[in-house]
Amino acid sequence: MDRLEIKKIVEELREEQLVEGDILIYLLHRVQDHYQSHYIPPEIGEMVAEELNVSPSKVYEVLTFYSMFATKPRGKYIIRVCTSLPCHVPGGREIVEFLKKKLDVDFGDTTKDGLFTLEETSCLGLCGVSPVIMINDDYYGDLTVEKVESIIENLKGGEAR
Amino acid sequence: MALTTNSILICAGGGCISAGEESVKQAFERKLKEYGLDSVVSVVETGCMGACSLGPLAVVYPDGVYYQKLTPKAAEKIVEEHILKGRIVPQYLFEGSKDKLTVEEKAAPSEIPFFARQVKIALRNVGVVDPLNIEEYIARDGYFALNKALTKMTPEDVIKEIKDSGLRGRGGAGFPTAIKWDIARKQKSDVKYMICNADEGDPGAFMDRSVLEGDPHSIVEAMTIAGYAIGAQKGFVYVRAEYPLAIERLGKAIETAHEYGFLGENIMGSNFSFDIEIRIGAGAFVCGEETALMQSVEGKRGQPKVKPPFPAEKGLWGKPSVINNVETLAMVAPIILRGASWFRQYGTEKSPGTKVFALAGKIKNTGLVEVPMGITLRELLYEIGGGHPQGKQIKAVQTGGPSGGVIPAEYFDTPVDYESLAKLGAIMGSGGMIVLDEDDCMVDVAKFFLGFTVEESCGKCTPCREGTKVMHDLLEKITSGEGAMEDIDKLEQLAQIVRDSSLCGLGQTAPNPVLSTLKYYRHEYEAHVKDSMCLSKKCKAFISYVIAPDKCTGCTACARVCPSSAIYGEVRKVHEIDQDACIRCGSCIEVCRFGAISKVTPAVENVVSK
Repeated sequence: MDRLEIKKIVEELREEQLVEGDILIYLLHRVQDHYQSHYIPPEIGEMVAEELNVSPSKVYEVLTFYSMFATKPRGKYIIRVCTSLPCHVPGGREIVEFLKKKLDVDFGDTTKDGLFTLEETSCLGLCGVSPVIMINDDYYGDLTVEKVESIIENLKGGEAR
Repeated sequence: MALTTNSILICAGGGCISAGEESVKQAFERKLKEYGLDSVVSVVETGCMGACSLGPLAVVYPDGVYYQKLTPKAAEKIVEEHILKGRIVPQYLFEGSKDKLTVEEKAAPSEIPFFARQVKIALRNVGVVDPLNIEEYIARDGYFALNKALTKMTPEDVIKEIKDSGLRGRGGAGFPTAIKWDIARKQKSDVKYMICNADEGDPGAFMDRSVLEGDPHSIVEAMTIAGYAIGAQKGFVYVRAEYPLAIERLGKAIETAHEYGFLGENIMGSNFSFDIEIRIGAGAFVCGEETALMQSVEGKRGQPKVKPPFPAEKGLWGKPSVINNVETLAMVAPIILRGASWFRQYGTEKSPGTKVFALAGKIKNTGLVEVPMGITLRELLYEIGGGHPQGKQIKAVQTGGPSGGVIPAEYFDTPVDYESLAKLGAIMGSGGMIVLDEDDCMVDVAKFFLGFTVEESCGKCTPCREGTKVMHDLLEKITSGEGAMEDIDKLEQLAQIVRDSSLCGLGQTAPNPVLSTLKYYRHEYEAHVKDSMCLSKKCKAFISYVIAPDKCTGCTACARVCPSSAIYGEVRKVHEIDQDACIRCGSCIEVCRFGAISKVTPAVENVVSK
């Protein structure tokens, strides 16, 4: 992404927004969605600051406050595991253990092939079908270890093809 | 709109989508087309129908027959049998909460206990209308309340009606909605804001997501009415980024409302103008706190501010702002349209109306239910929730998420309202109810919630940032077998300090899970420390897996499945578990066909010699 593209998004947002001060979070979402590895490189953060005419530290503090933004590259698939109690009670703990073992990563880490990043998330609001995970924008519910394994294998298979 | 002979309503709530709703819908459409029925049978995707554990769900009208756990195959069969020949397909009928329904007892919603006890106000349209179709919303009296407010009522009348109804905030604290509106109304300011808090973060609560996804127009209408009442021209809905579907549907609803003139300049020919924008969060629980939320709308870190000044005086960008939760707003239009006394026929004197609860955990019918306030926990959990899925004893219910507490089974006859729950040391909260049974350790539950708060504390004030961390460490110590009796006292003392001295609601309520489990289950804490026992056999430091010699046949199934090769024994001879190598994963219990393996507490000494 370059300065021109950022300028374009800023302009678009300025047109949509009626109030000036609050573009930042929106803009960062848009910038991050642009990168397949779901992150915002530091130099891009600085460009964003210049375009909005705010200090880079303000951009950085927002970037690091919200768990959905990352300053380091993440995997193509971000696996967000709900670690709330309603998922914990019916077997979420086993799902977490399995994913960590299967992908050989801890929370916050990315697999060596750059495909998966494992993250924790708070409640996804799908407690009726817990345990639940979210992979990018898709939900998967009523999980068992077997189900998770096949989901991961499918995603991997899709990549190999 | 073309005339149809049948309508198939298929639930497109998050739970059913994750269970394969998409492919079921396609199967319906494919089969209908095959028989040339696609012009006379409509397939409508609705919001969440509430019985999430039985998804994907569908209802076939005009008969009103509920089908559950659908697959594409089942969908085809329903088209061939039910739609084509008028024969109900018994094997996919909704099970309700007790016995499977037979074909003779037609599975109409009013006869299924799960639905029969419910009174739907906030969820009146969820699961009934196509959320993206504004005409279906209008057909169910949608935007009538807005019209009534704008043409027949002054802003003061609107506030009075809400005040008379006794509506209280459904997001947790139960603050009277009309008081907020009234304060904001009286502020002298050229700009005011109406904000909808859709940053639903409490674990176990998903009614707001359900309303936004299933009936977004109800929020658009209510916010416009509220804007009229307080004198705001602009509204914001702050939705968490974890709910992409809600964002999409709400965005569409706002757009259509514009086209129909329900938003924008001079709404319905009045001189009132109002507009709504969506703001998206980025993953921070604390943003559900109103002052933090406003910071986040302004594009900053979501850190809370000291109150007063309250948002109704000085809120977003320093202007008077009202913040209401989604479920609260979903009640507004029916109250305006049907009047305060209609609303008051439900619920109790101090907590009028209905409340949506999200049932989760060890309960048969998980999902969303809306019931009149004042219903007892027993009715809610057993009659509507169907009790424990395996018929075990329910030990307690956790309400209010990380800000709430546990209510033991002895108190299940307590009516559910704001005051009664607070008296028990729990809170109504946003309505999440997590059901726990004898296998759930209360110390583990407390530790779990505190771990959540430690993660989500924004770090601004010391009691919350440091205090919750130290409390969590103490709980870790207790659950890992290194606790001392004075740790329990220290924990209790610290909990009170954090509660009394934190800046915002997050910190002030964070100790509740600890305080309430200590209140009712202190003996469990003490058992961990004094007897090295976890009574629920949950905490790994206090349990061992053992093999009963008289039951073991030496089939080797357990030894083969053990991931850490901790089970020894020759074929057809009694096996033993090496306690030092055992990682307590429980795989062996599952494969043993003879019931020879069990968990014991306290942990036993290792007897296997290598």
